[in-house]
Amino acid sequence: MEIDSSSSGFNSSNQSSGRGWRIYLFIVTAVIAVPMLVIFASLLQPFSSAWQHLFDTVLTDYITNSLLLMAGVGLGTLVLGVSAAWLTAMCDFPGRKILSWAFLLPMAMPAYIIAYTYTGILDFSGPLQTALRDTYQWQYGDYYFPEIRSLGGAICMLSLVLYPYVYMLVRVAFLEQSTAVLEASRNLGKKPWQTLFLVALPMARPAIVAGVSLALMETLADYGTVAYFGVSSFTTGIFRTWYGLGELTTAAQLCAFLMLFVFALIMAERWSRQRLRFHHHSAQKKMVRLRLKGWRSALAMSVGSLIVFLGFVLPASQLAIWASVGWQENLDGDFITLLFNSFSLAAIASVCCLIVAVFLAYTKRAFASRAELGAVAVASLGYAVPGTVIAVGVLIPVAWLDNQIDFLSTTWFDYPTGLLISGTLGLLVFAYLVRFLSVSLNTVDSGLTAIKPSIDESARSLGATPSRVLSRIHLPILRTSLLTALLLVFVEVLKELPTTLILRPFNFNTLAVRTYELASDERLVDAALPALAIVIIGLLPVLLITKSILNERFSNE
Amino acid sequence: MAIRTPSLKSILSTVLIVLAPLYSVASDEVNIYSARQESLIKPLLERFTEQTGTKVNLVTGKGDALLTRLKSEGMNSPADILLTVDAGRLYRAQEAGVLQAIASDELNSLIPSHLRSSDNQWYGLSVRARVIVYGKDRVQANQLSTYEALADPQWRGKICVRSSGNIYNQSLVSGMITSQGIIKTEAWLKGFVSNFARPPAGGDRDQIKAVASGQCDIAVVNSYYLGGMILSDDQSQQTAASKVALFWPNQQDRGTHINISGAGITKSAKNLKLAEELIVFLAANDSQEWYAERNNEFPVRETVKVSSVLESWGPFVADTLNVSELGRNNSAAIMAMDRAGWK
Repeated sequence: MEIDSSSSGFNSSNQSSGRGWRIYLFIVTAVIAVPMLVIFASLLQPFSSAWQHLFDTVLTDYITNSLLLMAGVGLGTLVLGVSAAWLTAMCDFPGRKILSWAFLLPMAMPAYIIAYTYTGILDFSGPLQTALRDTYQWQYGDYYFPEIRSLGGAICMLSLVLYPYVYMLVRVAFLEQSTAVLEASRNLGKKPWQTLFLVALPMARPAIVAGVSLALMETLADYGTVAYFGVSSFTTGIFRTWYGLGELTTAAQLCAFLMLFVFALIMAERWSRQRLRFHHHSAQKKMVRLRLKGWRSALAMSVGSLIVFLGFVLPASQLAIWASVGWQENLDGDFITLLFNSFSLAAIASVCCLIVAVFLAYTKRAFASRAELGAVAVASLGYAVPGTVIAVGVLIPVAWLDNQIDFLSTTWFDYPTGLLISGTLGLLVFAYLVRFLSVSLNTVDSGLTAIKPSIDESARSLGATPSRVLSRIHLPILRTSLLTALLLVFVEVLKELPTTLILRPFNFNTLAVRTYELASDERLVDAALPALAIVIIGLLPVLLITKSILNERFSNE
Repeated sequence: MAIRTPSLKSILSTVLIVLAPLYSVASDEVNIYSARQESLIKPLLERFTEQTGTKVNLVTGKGDALLTRLKSEGMNSPADILLTVDAGRLYRAQEAGVLQAIASDELNSLIPSHLRSSDNQWYGLSVRARVIVYGKDRVQANQLSTYEALADPQWRGKICVRSSGNIYNQSLVSGMITSQGIIKTEAWLKGFVSNFARPPAGGDRDQIKAVASGQCDIAVVNSYYLGGMILSDDQSQQTAASKVALFWPNQQDRGTHINISGAGITKSAKNLKLAEELIVFLAANDSQEWYAERNNEFPVRETVKVSSVLESWGPFVADTLNVSELGRNNSAAIMAMDRAGWK
């Protein structure tokens, strides 16, 4: 690791050669930022009387609950994700290899689905409490049992499905850390946990921040879980204002403030570490994992399995039990179409996101000035915005554009074009790009920051063009991060609901849509099969890709 | 501008040539934006296609989102019909000016006037009642009377109901504002909310389960959820449903609160005649019976035969307030619920 205080000094010399890249960067970010700008533009409109009502009644609640939710999920994902990463990357104990991919499994579980399954198990009328009452002859009020449908419950649910973001990114960071530094720490007599807190964690900070901020953005955007649990968060407030009060503008204004808040957080974090650079040396030798013995090994095993059990095994079993009731009925010909639609959309969208993310991350690294950093930050706000709002931000300008084209074409050629872009799958993929770009960008970014700029400089000074540096040096080193980015977006799109719901073409369904429609009608038994299918399809890339992610550095153990 | 126009024109014409084959108005098809979920409408649409040969295309989603899509697409929107699951959204669509009136004597004779807009912009297609469900072992039917009586302190800590974010709770309060006025409604809300057994969460079935397991004595839910539980494949749902009974509130005065699912024809509709034909089909006896059979909803006419579950609940007096009113007072209802602290 190297902490240097010169803020990337090679920028200035490359300003001129980077002009082309920077122009493209601006075009790409501008197009992606349009939906966000549409939402921001709502701030220019007059603030309606609904604001007064919100101030007087529920706004404080919305803000407090969302902040508590963020604090809880931030802490939860941090603890779960970093422990999981530390155990599997740095320690060795029986079952480590299985756990290192099993830790990813909860990722494939949509948050509102895990919420339904846990409610099914832990609710007052669920099997657990009913059994307790029957055994001890208790009545309602005779005993204490934590209420799952509460703020605390929502924090647990979201932490359980979101910690894999932290785990994935931090694990990669741990694995890519210079073994020399870690060994030096150990040789200086530091205990393993001291090494963790003094050396490994500070070095992994970009990855931890990237992972936790993804989890937090997803938390802010979550609607299904909090709505089901009756927690009035800022997001449920946005929809209440829109659907209930019929105030789309006020809802958009609320959302704009949410985005400003997220933007400020991103900037604050960036500012706080602007003078720090975290790089590892590229020459690596194999690191020896810390072999856990006795009770330590038992503890590692049980903690690890408990996380996987709670985040995946338990909810998935509940789904399987539900699905076993009516699966024959639900497994019709349509189901194959659903599988195909979901899979291909997720595949296409994840590749698109990756390409754009690599381009942006790299251009930013090589040529960025403050303006470009700001532009990229705006373009990556989409993940914190509820999907429905993104969809509206996409819908309105595109429909406007479509109508203009139609108007011009009718006037000039007497040929009405109708809506060319609205209601197409292309538009849907674009909306996914807007929403999930920051997932791939954060991942690629955190991988890229770990590569010393001096490598770029050497290559550039030897006459390599920026694109050659990218393709010959960065991309190969980044392979793990790239695959991770691909996987994360794939699973995200697979689970994605609100954007798909609004923007999709006629007669086009996905597994997430089918799951949601049945679950929202409280037909969990029927919803379980498509939900399970989402989980299973999400597992495929997890299994395929983790093999290559996991065997990166400890290949022949 | 004089210099730029031709170049823009030439670019456009190229684009048009490329895209032209993609675009066609298929005038022998009907396109629907539906807030009613696929499994509760598609079988009917397939039946329509079978009978008439007209293909029906469907996008489902949330009512307000679909309305926003419809609004922003404007006159070029491909949608012919907007289908929603509550009157408030139809009222909102009407206010937004995206629907058009159709003077259909047939529809007007099929659908009672309080279940459609007064200017023929939309029509109710099925009726959903908000009822009281009570635990048979703890509550006698004669203890119950009206929604208004649920604010009585005798029910302190005994009522379960879902969040005020739910549209049917909003329309219940909305209807009460129309019939009782805002002041009485606010007073009622205070008493009602203080009778909650627990903070509102979950769906209607969750409230019914809570009554069945003894967490609360009564719940306010839509009747079709109870029907769904009675007919469920899931044994635990059947068991829960068997422990509760349904009560029709306000039978001596204005009647039980109802909402509708309904449809209107959009202003951008390419094929008015087919769209109208489809709505008539959905209002016809066969379709009306299907709503009852498939989702335990009530038909819009009393003359239609209903399923055995609905029959077992007996006949009831429904509120005859025009359902437009539910939409008109929706935001006033939400604000009142916010003030009363109904989460």
